[in-house]
This record gives sequence, structure tokens and C-alpha cells, in this order.
Amino acid sequence: MPLAESDVRWVGEPKLGFWEQLYLPAVVDGLKTTVGHLFGPKRTEQYPEQEPKLPPNYRGVHRLNRDEAGRVKCVACYMCATACPAHCIDIVAAPAPPEWTDREKYPETFVIDELRCIYCGMCEEACPVDAIELTTLYDLTGLSREQMVFDKEKLLSVFDTTTGAGTDPVRTRAGRLSPSSEPPPAR
Amino acid sequence: MPTVYVNDKPVEIGTGRLNCIQAADKAGVFVPHYCYHEALSVVASCRMCLVEVGERKPDGTVVMQPKVVPGCQTPVKDGTVVVTGEYDRRDPAVEALNYPADYTRGGKPGERAKKSQADTLEGLLVNHPLDCPVCDKAGECKLQDYSYGYGRSESRMVDEKFAPPNKPHLSSKITLFTDRCIMCTRCVRFTREISGTAELLVTGRGDHEEIDVFPGRPLENKLSGNVVDLCPVGALGSKDFLYKQRVWYLKAAEQVCSRCSTGCAVYVDHNKDIVYRLTARENPQANGHFICDEGRWGYHFANSGERLTRPQVKREGRFQPAPWVQLTPLLKDELAAAANGGGLVAVLSPFLTVEEAFLYATLFKGLSADARLVLGPVPVVGEDDKYPKDVRGNPAEPTTFVIRAEKCPNRRGVGAVLTHFAGRVTPFAEVVREKAAVLWFAGGYPAKEQVEAAFPTDWVASGTVIAQDILPTLLTASAKYVIPATASFEKEGTFVNHAGLAQTFGRATRPPQEARGELQLAFDLLGRRGLVQAAAVRKELAAAIPLFAPLAGEVTRYGVELT
Repeated sequence: MPLAESDVRWVGEPKLGFWEQLYLPAVVDGLKTTVGHLFGPKRTEQYPEQEPKLPPNYRGVHRLNRDEAGRVKCVACYMCATACPAHCIDIVAAPAPPEWTDREKYPETFVIDELRCIYCGMCEEACPVDAIELTTLYDLTGLSREQMVFDKEKLLSVFDTTTGAGTDPVRTRAGRLSPSSEPPPAR
Repeated sequence: MPTVYVNDKPVEIGTGRLNCIQAADKAGVFVPHYCYHEALSVVASCRMCLVEVGERKPDGTVVMQPKVVPGCQTPVKDGTVVVTGEYDRRDPAVEALNYPADYTRGGKPGERAKKSQADTLEGLLVNHPLDCPVCDKAGECKLQDYSYGYGRSESRMVDEKFAPPNKPHLSSKITLFTDRCIMCTRCVRFTREISGTAELLVTGRGDHEEIDVFPGRPLENKLSGNVVDLCPVGALGSKDFLYKQRVWYLKAAEQVCSRCSTGCAVYVDHNKDIVYRLTARENPQANGHFICDEGRWGYHFANSGERLTRPQVKREGRFQPAPWVQLTPLLKDELAAAANGGGLVAVLSPFLTVEEAFLYATLFKGLSADARLVLGPVPVVGEDDKYPKDVRGNPAEPTTFVIRAEKCPNRRGVGAVLTHFAGRVTPFAEVVREKAAVLWFAGGYPAKEQVEAAFPTDWVASGTVIAQDILPTLLTASAKYVIPATASFEKEGTFVNHAGLAQTFGRATRPPQEARGELQLAFDLLGRRGLVQAAAVRKELAAAIPLFAPLAGEVTRYGVELT
């Protein structure tokens, strides 16, 4: 349907009056805001001298959690690798060492390409044993692409660092599969 | 015609002796089941296929039985009425039967069956561990599927689950996760009825029932891998595949096993061009429902690190890689020179597809009418191994499965092509001592010994050898040109089994990056341009050789008999 002339409202520039043409009131108005901030509370963060305090649900570098015995909690189920939209997780599973009596499978290698990762947190959501978590470490740097590919040892060392520093306490509740993976119904 | 009513839908069953599951299948209704398997005896122990049955009298009245019955154990006859748990999802266009008023007791038809199935699943899950994330079966597990489709969403089990220890000692190839077993006893019946070796048994009673082997007699027979396929849950696992891949990453290609002349139909499960496992595919004309362990675990050669992956030319005693653009003209020159002077011997192995053999034969006979076409070494190991066995290990009648002594898939197919082009099939032993200006050896053998056994120990090359094979052998070492061959997973084409059954199949994985398929190479050497299509070559073959005429059209998945 074509537009009729009656549907159109033409809008022109507002006409400036005498005071508007002087610009002085607008300058004073702006200075008021600037001077007001000089005396208000300071909000600037002095990064990197002063580190920001991030909320605990910040999604930074991954870590692989350890269980009470210090072993990797991961059971190599590939749920994170399956959920990952960036295909940055590569796991090689193997039968667990015979002395690990509580489980049958463990990750022989566990590699995350931190450059490919989009930090969406889907791996954390998918993990059935809360073994993978995203920490508040955000200032990730490296000198080469290879340095940014984190293997199992590096991911476990992130766990040691973050729990040691107290920035990211372990926030898991589960950690074992079957039969405890099924919570008993409320009586 | 006998008619059965499945969820009101009349279905004609013909003269077959069917049970309720099969009759429902004919009507397009799926009845879930664990213990029932077409090839095994019926025990009706899992209670998953419970249905309501009755009879429709000739006058149209229906009489229903008061209790649910296992569908696998209940035969159907003319007038049988089967009501499954999916009655509420029946075709609304079909007119409902005249069910008696007291039958449903206030409910709806099919409700009792549905509730019984949910109860069965709850019972199975009482002791079944929920370790699906680490279970290899997860993703293709019938307990998962049926729980999702027919079960309850939550468990009422409050006590600790009974978890007997695993039994990795069950067999060298198979492990048993005892706590995951749902006691369908398919594996036990398989070893008693199909392999006849009867290694497996059930010990204990009630909750404490377990699958086990007799002391000192592990599950070691040549069909043992089938119990892994048969297991509906993750209790029996193949040690070869254990924790290698999650099944949802795998893509299944319908192929034909290349390890003996039975030509078993298989699924080749692969991911990222690596074959991870072979499972049985049903083909009543070739193998039935099962495959042997040699075929099942005989795929490793395709992933071997030793494999020849790129074409090489020997210059000054050393092999150097040669790109195809250089190699193809070189090969053409060699062949043309030998064809003019006489003395071109071409060996076509029984591992080639019919299409490859046809294009090669066309190529060599086109170069020179005197070119000798020879059938490659046919590996034969022992005698045909027939199953089931009796208690002493001797084959018992009737035979249900045969592992052939002839360890190649396509001797008959390649032989038929050679007969067409050369008049007769020349065995390799006849020409091994003969002088040849150029010997083209189109191999593709999955094991080195199969090639090397055909050559006498003092054999030396009498001319230029062009060797095409998967693994390096004595022959490739003395060759001038070494060309990588492709494994059967990397081919598409047709194999003709020992009985003349031609089965076509598609490609599963891609060959190594620098390798070129035999079909494409022959196509290139023939001077034809572009990419080869196996189906087009098959049409050409069907037109040229009368025996292969049935391959002209679309070949069904069960293959076609050549006469």
C-alpha cells in the first residue's frame, strides 16, 4: 500500500532562541556535571595495580577439580566435549588404574584449547560429577598458541592455584557417579 | 487369509508362525522387548513385551483375556486381538473393535499393558546403576531408550543398590559389568544355541542372579563378540572398543566384511575417518544376524601405523615419494612399453571389488590382447568352521553359521571378471616363476603373510614390479613402484560371496590423504576424465558381462544372487 500524504508528519529542526544561540547555559550545565564528579566518590579502578573483585559466577579459565584423595575428579564421560559448541575439548579415556576402586574410567589426557573456547560455561553445566569449573581467572596470556592449549596437568594446577588463593572455593556438591548420582527421594 | 487385529488394525499374517511382537511389527506397532531375539529361543523372562490379548469371534464379538501376557511367548492365529501399551496412539481412522464392557474395568484399552511395562522398567532399575556417563552403551542402550519411552521419570528405590563386582576375567576379549546386567539371558542362549559352546551360565537366584562362566572355561569361541551386540544394556563390553569412543560420535556405514568369503553384512562404525568397531548387520542370505570375531576385530590393519600411505618410486635403490601428477604418466609409459613388447602380467587380488577388477581388466586387455590376467593369491586357512558345536567341539546339525576357510571376500567376483576377459581363471601359483617385463600386483591384502606365503623364498623380480598394497611386504620391497591400496572400508563396490551373492556397499572412511582408490587409478589410467562413480562402472559391468546383469538396477540391501 502506498503512503498517503496524510500519513506523513514532517519534522524540522527546532528553532533556537536567544539563550540557546549564546550556548552559555549549555556550557554551564556541562561544567556542573564535571565539577560534581570531582567531589563525588571515586569509581575508577587502578588496573593492573588494583585487581578487580569478580563475582563468583564469572566465566574465566577452566580448572579440573581434584577429589579428596587429590586425584582428578573427571570420569572421562565426554559430556563436556559433546556439549561444547566450539569443539575445544579433547579427551582420551582409559580404564582407571586398578587401585582406584571407586571408578572404572578416567581421562588419560584432557586438553582444552583456551583460544578456541568461547567461555560459555556449557562444559560446567554438562559435567555429571562437577569436575570441570570455570574460574575467575581472566587475565590469560601466552607467548604462543601452544601455550594456550591447556593439558590435564595445567588444568589441575589451575585448581591448585585458585583454591590456594581462595578466589574460587570448590563449589561442588557431587563428585561420584552411581549409586549416589541418584539423590534419594524426600521422605 | 488369517487376520490379526493389532490395536484395532487388521493385519494379514499369511502362513507364518508369528508371535505378538512379530504380528505387531507387521502392523507397524513396536512392542519393546529385551530377552526376545529373532534368532534365539523364547524365554519370556524380561516381561517388557507385555500385551493384552483376546480373540475376535467370527460374529464380531471380542473376548479378552483377563491378564496381560508376554507378547514374545504368545503365538497369534486367525482372529487374535492384540492391544499394546501404545493403544492410545493408534490410527484413529481404523474402526475400533467391539470390546466387551467388563474388559477395561473402567479404564481404557492398553492401559494395563502400559502400566505393566512401566512397572517392569522400575523393577529393572531397582538394582541397575545410573552410571550412564561412564557406560559405553549409553546412547544405544535399550534400557535408556525404553525408560525414556515407557518408564517413569523418577525412582522410588530408597535402599542401597546391590552392586556385585565386575568380571573382567570372563574372556580375553569381553568384560562383564555385572551390576548393569538385567538378566535377559540373551548371551547365555547365544552360547548354547548359536555357538553351541555353552560357556555362559546364570548363577544365583533372585536379586543375586549373575552371568558367569564355569571355572577355568572362559568365553573363548570364534563367535563370542556377538554377545556384546546382543546385550541390550552395557553389561557385556568389548575390551577392544572399551572407552575408545562414545557411541553418539560414531557414524555407521552399511558394508560387507572382507575377512572371509561368507561376506557377512556389517555396520562399520567410524568417526573422523578412523574405524572404531564392526557390528553385525542382519542379512538372511549371507550371515543371518551374527558375525565372527575374526571379522569383528579384524579391522585394525586399516588403522595400522605401518600402512603405505603415499605412492613411491624407487630411484637409485631408494624409495622416494612421487606425486600422482608425475606418477600417472610414468605408469602409463611402463604399461605401454610392456604391452608392446609383450610380457605384461596383471595380478588382481580377491580383495578387489568387482568394479575395480573390471576396470583393471579393461585397462590391461585394452593395452594388449596378450596381457596375462591372473587371480591373486587366495588365502586359505584350515577348513570351514561350522557352528553350532556339540559338547566335544564337533560341528552339530543344523549348521547356523560358517566361518569360511577362504579368507578373502571376492574370489568369485574377480574370478568371473577374469573368466570373461581371459577365458579362464589363472591361479597365481602358475605364473609366480614366469618372467614378466612388468608385473602389476593389485593387492589390498589386510595381512602381510597372505601375500608373502604365495611367493617362494628364493623369488626375485624378473622385471619391473608395480606393487599396490596396504601393508609393506617382501613384494613392495622389491618393487619399482609402490602404490598404496585401500582397505574395504575405503572402497565402494560389490563383493560376490562364496555362494554367488553379490552385495553392494558404500564407502565408510576416506583413504589416507595421498592414497588414491584402485577404481579411480584404473579410471585415470584408462584415460577417462573426472571422478569415478562406482555405480556407473557397475552399470557398464552389468552390460558387458551377462553374469553381472542383475547388478544393472538398484541392488537391495540384502544383495542379489548371481546365477
